[in-house]
Amino acid sequence: MPTIYVDGQQLSVKEGENILEACLNAGIDLPYFCWHPAMGSIGSCRQCAVVQYQNEEDTNGRIVMGCMTPVTEGARFSLSADKGTEFREAVIESLMLNHPHDCPVCAEGGECHLQDMTVMVGHRDRRYKGLKNTYRNQYLGPLISHEMNRCITCYRCERYYSDYAGGTDLSAQASHDHVYFGRHEAGVLESEFSGNLVEVCPTGVFTDKPLLKHYSRKWDLQSAPSICTGCAVGCNIAPGERYGKLKRVHNRFNHEVNGYFLCDRGRFGSGYVNSPLRLDYAGLRKLDGSFQAIHQQAAVDTAAEWIKGKKVAAIGSPRASLEANYLLREWVGKENFAAGFSDREGQVVHQIAAILKTTNALCPSIKQMEAADAILILGEDVTHTAPRVALGLRQAVRNKAHQLAEQAGLPKWQDAAVRNLAQDQRSPMIIVSPLDTRLDDIASELVSLGADDIALFGSAVAQAIAGQPSDNSMANRVAELLKEAERPLIVSGSSLLNNAVVESAAAIASALKDSDRQAMLSYCVPEANSLGVALLTEESESIAGLIARASEIDVLVILENDLQRRISPSQIDQLRSAGAKLIGLDVLENELLSICDLVLPAASYAEAEGTLVSSEGRAQRYYPVFTPAAERMPSWKWLLDLPTACGHSEISKLTHFDQIVEACAASCELFRPLTKVAPDQGFRSHGLKIARKTHRYSGRTAINANLSVHEPQQPIDHESPLTFSMEGINRDQPASLTPFYWSPGWNSNQSLQKFQAEVDGPLRGGSAGQRLLEPQTETFKSTASTTNHFKMQPSQWQLVPIYRVHGSEELSAVTEEISELAGEAFIALGAVVAEKLGVGEGDGVIVSHFGDDQSLEVKILTRVAKNCIGYSAGYAQTLDFRVGSFATLAKDPQWQRRTPQLIATDGGNKRPPNDWQESLHV
Amino acid sequence: MNDAQMIQTDRTGLLTQEEIRQIDAELAHIPYKSGAAIDALKIVQAHRGWVSDESLQAIASYLEMSAEELEGVATFYNLIYRRPVGEKVILFCDSVSCWICGCDKIKAKVSEKLGIDYGQTTADNHYTLLPVPCLGACDRAPVMMIGDDLVTHLDEEKIDQLFSDNQSGGDQ
Repeated sequence: MPTIYVDGQQLSVKEGENILEACLNAGIDLPYFCWHPAMGSIGSCRQCAVVQYQNEEDTNGRIVMGCMTPVTEGARFSLSADKGTEFREAVIESLMLNHPHDCPVCAEGGECHLQDMTVMVGHRDRRYKGLKNTYRNQYLGPLISHEMNRCITCYRCERYYSDYAGGTDLSAQASHDHVYFGRHEAGVLESEFSGNLVEVCPTGVFTDKPLLKHYSRKWDLQSAPSICTGCAVGCNIAPGERYGKLKRVHNRFNHEVNGYFLCDRGRFGSGYVNSPLRLDYAGLRKLDGSFQAIHQQAAVDTAAEWIKGKKVAAIGSPRASLEANYLLREWVGKENFAAGFSDREGQVVHQIAAILKTTNALCPSIKQMEAADAILILGEDVTHTAPRVALGLRQAVRNKAHQLAEQAGLPKWQDAAVRNLAQDQRSPMIIVSPLDTRLDDIASELVSLGADDIALFGSAVAQAIAGQPSDNSMANRVAELLKEAERPLIVSGSSLLNNAVVESAAAIASALKDSDRQAMLSYCVPEANSLGVALLTEESESIAGLIARASEIDVLVILENDLQRRISPSQIDQLRSAGAKLIGLDVLENELLSICDLVLPAASYAEAEGTLVSSEGRAQRYYPVFTPAAERMPSWKWLLDLPTACGHSEISKLTHFDQIVEACAASCELFRPLTKVAPDQGFRSHGLKIARKTHRYSGRTAINANLSVHEPQQPIDHESPLTFSMEGINRDQPASLTPFYWSPGWNSNQSLQKFQAEVDGPLRGGSAGQRLLEPQTETFKSTASTTNHFKMQPSQWQLVPIYRVHGSEELSAVTEEISELAGEAFIALGAVVAEKLGVGEGDGVIVSHFGDDQSLEVKILTRVAKNCIGYSAGYAQTLDFRVGSFATLAKDPQWQRRTPQLIATDGGNKRPPNDWQESLHV
Repeated sequence: MNDAQMIQTDRTGLLTQEEIRQIDAELAHIPYKSGAAIDALKIVQAHRGWVSDESLQAIASYLEMSAEELEGVATFYNLIYRRPVGEKVILFCDSVSCWICGCDKIKAKVSEKLGIDYGQTTADNHYTLLPVPCLGACDRAPVMMIGDDLVTHLDEEKIDQLFSDNQSGGDQ
């Protein structure tokens, strides 16, 4: 470890890091803008200037940029030398020449890195009296607001969007004092990760547009550590609430999972929590089909009356917490329980769980995936089924660049140099899928195959790795590429609902492991707790099994599950006609609830605590950000009250959340670590609970004065070590309990570094969550056989689901902005099929499927396997489409093409036009 | 350009066969298509006087870049014109040597004569006036370029001569 001297202070620093990192690691505040721990240095903003001295005698020194200067043994620096402090102040002053004085109306105010840095360098008086540059802003879609006047030209947005996230529609334009960051023309940002611009931008150029509709300052938000329920990746989030509304979702750093970034579904998809479709009160269905609102206790009593002495069965939910599912299953008994998957989904997800429990390959975190040096993706469009993983894979293919940099003696953080050196050289990524995917642009090989052929291809690769090459030369080549790697990663998942694909992925990983590679195997599964529920239950606990016994059931309890999305209408009819009373427990209104006899309002993830098991097998805890309004209750509370009222001997002994966790942990060996996922309710930091509110929270306002002028009492949290109050300490606690980041002098999200053990390292309290699945010993052999081929009928097409970040997930799709981006359901065809049918993009095609005709808009695919067509998965119109089944197509002669819409705007573009793209102007 | 010469590229834009031939000649020298971005912009500008949004989209499509990526290049360079210019562009040097030699006065004369300021085009579309930081002819300062011609040792008289038959400024 080299020793350096900063203002005489001797520091032991990490080999290979730069001065800025060394200072931050030592707790020294050195201001910066363009450097980002995940994106390295480019030395563009000149803010982290320090004075370097040649030796002890040198008293003059020279100015160097902290982020561009590697540490060397004995190097001497000063932050306090006048030369440096004046320089840093001058940098801020020059940035302020054009920066507007609009902090009071800027959404970034109060969590602005520019504000923090301005205070840090001591710049106070503005001397410049001239006019400021003004810019025309662009409409960038419903998620991101654009205000270019505030730009300080640090280039972080463009570097994040293009270099890190692979977006192509945001660029740095023009030069010197009129540099502009935006699109070629106004329009929706195409990247699925655009929301991170909000956090990457050190000032208020890119801000959270939905937040602006009901704005609150960071210091007025009540936050809690939470887990995103948008997909199975389990990104850590910090949602913020004010006045009973969920205002926004910010990233919560987890070194091993999401790092600094979220996808747009995760960041913007929680609007449904404030939706008018939320259930407020329990409802009892009357004879005329309408619902009568009843109180919690009445609802529990009614249910108990129906259930006592009768046969009760239940359907769980892969989007509900482990605790709720566990309680429900304990209550009704596993023979009366269905896990809540659709039947084919259940088979695939249970198989994935079975493989992960026994495989010798590692089920990696995203951090581990980013270290992969060769990647094979089997049948997944990862960007849409596990978005944050896809962002990680984009970093993984850069390992080639890092390797080249190492050979050239370049540190990894020299971002521009490393990218220049590598150009388009990337680590191998092979994508085998039926249709084009959003990672095609970085793939080294693309193979278009239908689901069954993917499984065969996978088996051939596995065999070739094991030393038995087949006559499929591409499979042999892929095997070679994977064998050349040290840390090969196989990614597959449930989206094709094909067990053979899942198996073949496991077989490849095992074959690589047997060839002494550090093989990694990652599966994308559909929902936030799919894997958790699969680990809790057995494959036999299926809805089909329950329907077969429907006549024996008197009462059926359905937990957070809109069965319309899982089973066919005829199966729902079978359930109904058997005569059982239906009790539905959910967050949002849906069609299923309207046929239930009793509806119970459940709290959303933002109002409840629970544990979710991510696709990595990581169990993570989320906590209520605010207390549920009206008579909503967390599902686990309903599922304590109901069995207790029915006299269930075991469950009636439980009263607190921690007790359920303990009971669940004790229920099987695999769940033992659940009690260690987060500290229990009794945990105190420095003798205090952890405050959900900042110490600057504006406590009293007149917002509810129309109801009461008395200050309402703060709710008391009996279930967690967090408190609904500003009194408490948010410092030094385990990472699973950090509600937001703030540190003196660091109001922006950059204060995160004060919570990290080192720059870009894990949080001081360790990484949040507990991994339940570690590599075992079993080697998987694929059983996929060549006889598995379907005989295609002419003019029949196999349906392949196309998942969309915006629109395919049930709850987030209710969010206004997400539903706008989701657009209409569609059918996607290859160019050849489209030509045969005589249709183009935007035309209509009638899809006939099991005797049902559906007219859908056409999209044209760039890459498609033989006989495959894609359809928008999870959209209301296509819910009855069955993955892998066959459909016939015909042009819809009645179809009205949608008139091309003018680019939407917010109508707020009232600033006078000016010269941002004025290349004529110097 | 007539329609027969046009080739429809992947996007909405149009490049002529001649433009494509010239761009292809540049592409032959470089490993990455996007490397020809500047040359392609210059080629199209040489044919059309300036680079419209449609032209830019067509070039981007031909070079397999996004319009944003090419826009970043196009707007970086002052001499790629993203707005229409007159038949001839006057690049008026306002750099230090010319400034010492009194270019401010001469610029005022040009503006008076043509009735335009920096960034403007004469009503008859003959001239667009732009400042330029240096033309590399300091020994003959003050200087400017009219189209492709360098005009040196400028004085007010010379400006009068140069634009003597120019009608465009007269009515302003």
